[in-house]
Amino acid sequence: MEVTEELINKLANLSRLKFTPEEKIDIKKDLEKMIHFIEKLNELDTTGVKPLLHMSDEVNVFRDDIVKKYISTEEGLKNAPHHNDQYFLVPKMIRQNK
Amino acid sequence: MFEFSSIEQYHSQLQEGRCTCLQVVEHYLQKIKENAHLNAFIKVYADEAREKASLLDKQRDSNIKTGKLAGVIISIKDVIAYKDHPLTSSSKILEGFESLYSATAVDRLLAEDAILIGSTNCDEFGMGSANEHSVYGPVKNYLDITRTPGGSSGGSAVSVQAGLSMVSLGSDTGGSVRQPADHCGIIGLKPGYGRISRYGLIAYASSFDQIGIFSKTIKDAALILEIIAGPDDYDSTVSTQQVPAYTNELNRTSNEKYKIAYLPQALDHPSLDIEIGNSIKDLLLHLEKDNHQVKAVNFDLLDFAVPTYYVLTTAEASSNLSRYDGIKYGISNHENVELTDFYKSNRSAGFGSEVKRRIMLGTFVLSTGYYDAYFTKAQQIRNLFRDQLNLVFNDFDFIIIPTVPKTASLSGNSNLDPISVYLADIYTVIANLTGIPAISLPLFTHTNTLPFGVQIMANRLNELPLLRFSNQLLIKYNADF
Repeated sequence: MEVTEELINKLANLSRLKFTPEEKIDIKKDLEKMIHFIEKLNELDTTGVKPLLHMSDEVNVFRDDIVKKYISTEEGLKNAPHHNDQYFLVPKMIRQNK
Repeated sequence: MFEFSSIEQYHSQLQEGRCTCLQVVEHYLQKIKENAHLNAFIKVYADEAREKASLLDKQRDSNIKTGKLAGVIISIKDVIAYKDHPLTSSSKILEGFESLYSATAVDRLLAEDAILIGSTNCDEFGMGSANEHSVYGPVKNYLDITRTPGGSSGGSAVSVQAGLSMVSLGSDTGGSVRQPADHCGIIGLKPGYGRISRYGLIAYASSFDQIGIFSKTIKDAALILEIIAGPDDYDSTVSTQQVPAYTNELNRTSNEKYKIAYLPQALDHPSLDIEIGNSIKDLLLHLEKDNHQVKAVNFDLLDFAVPTYYVLTTAEASSNLSRYDGIKYGISNHENVELTDFYKSNRSAGFGSEVKRRIMLGTFVLSTGYYDAYFTKAQQIRNLFRDQLNLVFNDFDFIIIPTVPKTASLSGNSNLDPISVYLADIYTVIANLTGIPAISLPLFTHTNTLPFGVQIMANRLNELPLLRFSNQLLIKYNADF
């Protein structure tokens, strides 16, 4: 299958990644190889085979919902690159029309 | 001069007063320093290790009972959380991150008085097989520094190989414990899915990931497994089946005869080094002579293992890694941009090239129009793998298969062709696709002087027979090859 620039742009957007024009050449080449590689799966007839959805044999492992330990606001914010004493800070999302 | 051979022997040395924990900690800190060029460690917890060792020495002097791992020097891969210690997955995107809690496995080691000596280098988010995709630079193989130690848990493997820790915890999503163990000439155990809690293990592909153990003896691996395995309130995928007393049960039967399957498609695979193939065939002959039942089993799914693995793990990774947005933690420039561009700029600056490749492929197989053709299809094939292996384990105790097609490769080849790198996972991904336990045992030395292992796989929850048989193999056949 041919990997177009349009597909790269779409996947990059969904992945929340951006690539420079040079990086795009590499990722296009790599994706083409990788997609060609996984096309191997089409050689196997899987009609009627159920997909395997869960690896664990355990079902409905219940426990009471008791608060055992918690992270304080301070701890929760500790690793954030931008925060004040209560909130994570992000770029302004609502802007005024100019 | 301290010489480590096993935890049991170390403990008797302590009891007999031939060494103290503090002396042993100093020995390991010195060794880590001397071998800094191997780049195995990211952070060394020297002062904490000394403090804990002094405390344990005092307790021993006062006859206060200490834990089963008292003074045991353990390193942990940089994907396993240790409260208030750095945790980065060897990624720039987690630069400066400190964990707010400890993994269940770490808590259980600490509860038995283990000494955590430091965190080890690895491929970024566990994605790689040469430990060359790390923000901290590559790890070198102690036996030959021009070669890679394997990956992704390369630093953990080298820390045991070079005597920088007694045992180490790694993680294995497609072979990341067994493959570096093979390349470094040590034991690498991946327990079955659900044996060890994944709480506090940074997620790569959640239905594949397992914490694994590097050690020099089976008994040490058994002891660590016994301590860290078992149900956990914080991970409902852990098996509620009872964890056997692996160490006590290990030698209960030392001469048991087993039913062993081998897969001709694996041993005659074109990618397999001929000498590795022949050594394993030799081992099978020895086993047969020793009255084990050894039989060939047809396994025509083999060539589907790697592509199936890459569809499913990249899909899971693209989802798991979406949490790295540069807001709650990680790096961000905080430019005045639109929110979507803010995410993109943080993630693109933080992730390395291999991680980006896998996120892109994972996003592709999950996207509209391709989902059924790739993702659902791979889940179906995963089911076929599980069915086929169930059939094999109806008749056999173990499957013997190579760990890796070739011995450790020269450094610097990881970025040349991703597909040829992926294909080397052919023998290890089977256990992760099906959730069974598997181990790599350091039985062989190649004429190129590098070590290589043999891989033994057992049915789900059969870690005990796997460890017993491994012990038997290492004791009996080690000298023969």
